[in-house]
Amino acid sequence: MRKNECIAMLLAGGEGRRLGVLTKDLAKPAVHFGGKYRIIDFTLSNCVHSGIETVGVLTQYQPLVLTQHLGIGTPWGLDRREGGMHVLPPYVRQKGGTWYKGTANAIYQNLGFIERYDPEYVLIISGDHIYKMNYDLLLEAHKKNKADATIAVISVPWADASRFGILSVDEEGRVVEFAEKPKKPTSNLASMGVYMFNWKVLKEALVRDESDRQSSNDFGKDIIPTLLGDGARLFSYQFNDYWKDVGTIDSLWEANMDLLEDQPSLQLNDRSWRIFSASPNQPAQYVAPTAKIQGSLVNEGCVVEGQVNRSVLFYGARVGEGSVVEDSILMPGASIGRDCRIIRAIVGEGAVVGDGCRVGSLEAEDIAVVGSGETIRPEAELKEAEPV
Amino acid sequence: MKLSMMGVINLIHEADEMEALTANRCLATVPFGGRYRLIDFVLSSMVNSGIPRVAVFAHRKFRSLMDHLGSGSNWDLHRKQSGLFVIPPSMEDQTDFGKGDLYHFYRNRDYFARSTVDYVVIARSHMVCNVDFAKVLEQHRETGADVTVVCKNSPEGMPGLARKAKVNGAGRIVEMQDHFGRLDSDIVSMEMYVLNKELLLDLVDTSLAQGRDHFVRHSILSRLEQLQVHAYMHEGVLGVVNNIAAYYRHSMELLQPDIWRELFFKPGSIYTKVKDEPPTHYRSGADVSHSLIANGCDIEGTVTNSILFRGVKVAKGAVVRNSIVMQNGVVGENGSLENCILDKEVEIRPMQQLKGSIEMPFIALKRKVI
Repeated sequence: MRKNECIAMLLAGGEGRRLGVLTKDLAKPAVHFGGKYRIIDFTLSNCVHSGIETVGVLTQYQPLVLTQHLGIGTPWGLDRREGGMHVLPPYVRQKGGTWYKGTANAIYQNLGFIERYDPEYVLIISGDHIYKMNYDLLLEAHKKNKADATIAVISVPWADASRFGILSVDEEGRVVEFAEKPKKPTSNLASMGVYMFNWKVLKEALVRDESDRQSSNDFGKDIIPTLLGDGARLFSYQFNDYWKDVGTIDSLWEANMDLLEDQPSLQLNDRSWRIFSASPNQPAQYVAPTAKIQGSLVNEGCVVEGQVNRSVLFYGARVGEGSVVEDSILMPGASIGRDCRIIRAIVGEGAVVGDGCRVGSLEAEDIAVVGSGETIRPEAELKEAEPV
Repeated sequence: MKLSMMGVINLIHEADEMEALTANRCLATVPFGGRYRLIDFVLSSMVNSGIPRVAVFAHRKFRSLMDHLGSGSNWDLHRKQSGLFVIPPSMEDQTDFGKGDLYHFYRNRDYFARSTVDYVVIARSHMVCNVDFAKVLEQHRETGADVTVVCKNSPEGMPGLARKAKVNGAGRIVEMQDHFGRLDSDIVSMEMYVLNKELLLDLVDTSLAQGRDHFVRHSILSRLEQLQVHAYMHEGVLGVVNNIAAYYRHSMELLQPDIWRELFFKPGSIYTKVKDEPPTHYRSGADVSHSLIANGCDIEGTVTNSILFRGVKVAKGAVVRNSIVMQNGVVGENGSLENCILDKEVEIRPMQQLKGSIEMPFIALKRKVI
């Protein structure tokens, strides 16, 4: 087997509980995004564009849809004879076997997989975030600093800092303090959950962490603080582009809306950094004489007969005549009947909204959500997200 | 279900009057319907019908064909056994280009002989349709015909070049003529011939031995009395696309929702090479109606009654009417197009105006800057 300098381990077991009905049957990395993609497509495409061609994808929660989407990695060109993409669910061993207890434990349980490739460096990433990043530049910085570990960071508004893992760094970018969701943050540099490790350092840290019964086996809570306490060379790598954790209905909706600006901060139409995804193979979208579409993203297979403003339509979505869809997301195959008003809403995959329905409103605080496969009877009114 | 039938898409001497659109490509790879190539329709039909083995007999200008088909993975034809076989012309020297298709069939008889299936369907690439060959084979077996030809009843006539057939009450074809013939009939041949593999090999050998080298003319048309040649009537959409008038008309027919739905979904989906384009961005100010828009477009202007392929950009103030803009075309600010067909990667500079007529659309060659 050819030696791999750097391999990636992609944590994709996230439950995404705060996404409510949207993650009822699928893991968070499999949640749809941007009219065509699933969240995990961004990190997988990043790997490929960064020259990382061995990726272990750690799955756990509701893996059915995710595993089907991933297949053997063909959409990303990761169906390789050597390396490529491997789906790594927890498995049963002679002495039992357990679920992945935490992010660190998930990697620990796959030490054997990593050893087979004998890498110098291991990149730990998660399938929960939307961003385009060249990990090769991260690796370069990591090498230049002779670091044991490098954590990618992004500046967040001070008001939000207490929601993240926050790093304080010195003038060389070396990490001096790390606090997971601090009440009183001393910095606004948030960890993006993207870590580059020297494999030897990581392996030792994982083994040690595993033997600590008090540990929650988590990178942010355990591995990084312990390494920092031991005086390891931890560096930050500042990322200045678009990055978003789409962990809640609001942030998922917002991130989709971000794509609709005339000069979006996350450019999907980028030939040098294509985001790959499994193709739904649908014909070109049909825009009827009665249609009017503005400030929106519309994917293949859609049929639009009504009005669509500032919205994202996934493949195979339909908007009937006389309907208005505004500030909303229609997931794959969602069907909106005639004379409906869909305002500030997310309509789930394959949901059917009958004629004359009103979903969401400008006044409502929350985004209205129609779950996957749900049917809304004609003339119904649905204002806010249903409690799960 | 696997069908005991193999497919041949025969590109040898396809009737082609596509002018500029086939200047650098074969008829099979003429872009159609926003994201497809003509060959996708018959190829997808074969795959959806359960045909596990398809050969494409390439002839001329097949670089774009090789690029488009690749390993066949987009049609699920990248198989360990069977799958897709793209067979380049077998030639000793240049003069062999002029020889008929039977000559090439003969040279590639191994392809037929190696397979264990009983039946072969020989088709062309320029029939825009969605056909279930399992049903054709079923009828072929039931009638006990020697050859079954897929046909379409078309009383309103078609602009494309197609053979016509006369069928008797029992469904037997009693007369068939090339497109320039005077045969008075509404029945158009879709150039899909289902027959027993052994019979095909026999016809190849016999016809060649008689000094004849054209499959349809010499093996079928001249044997209508000896052979039981039956018609299978196709009920779905059909476009015979081998001249500009037909290309334009059948493209525009896709703007009728019934035809869009039937052609692309019934009985199966049409597959093509995946391009990984993002969804199309309609900017504020975009005004699109009655159009077919593929992925990756960026629209700020007006598009009416038109077809945009993948990655087309229509700038602010630009107007596109009754036109077809192929992949990566650019219509600059305040530019205007009416009744035009732009081949791939054509750029219309700002303020430029192009106008053709419905009968004779203006055609811009690939990569032209106007």
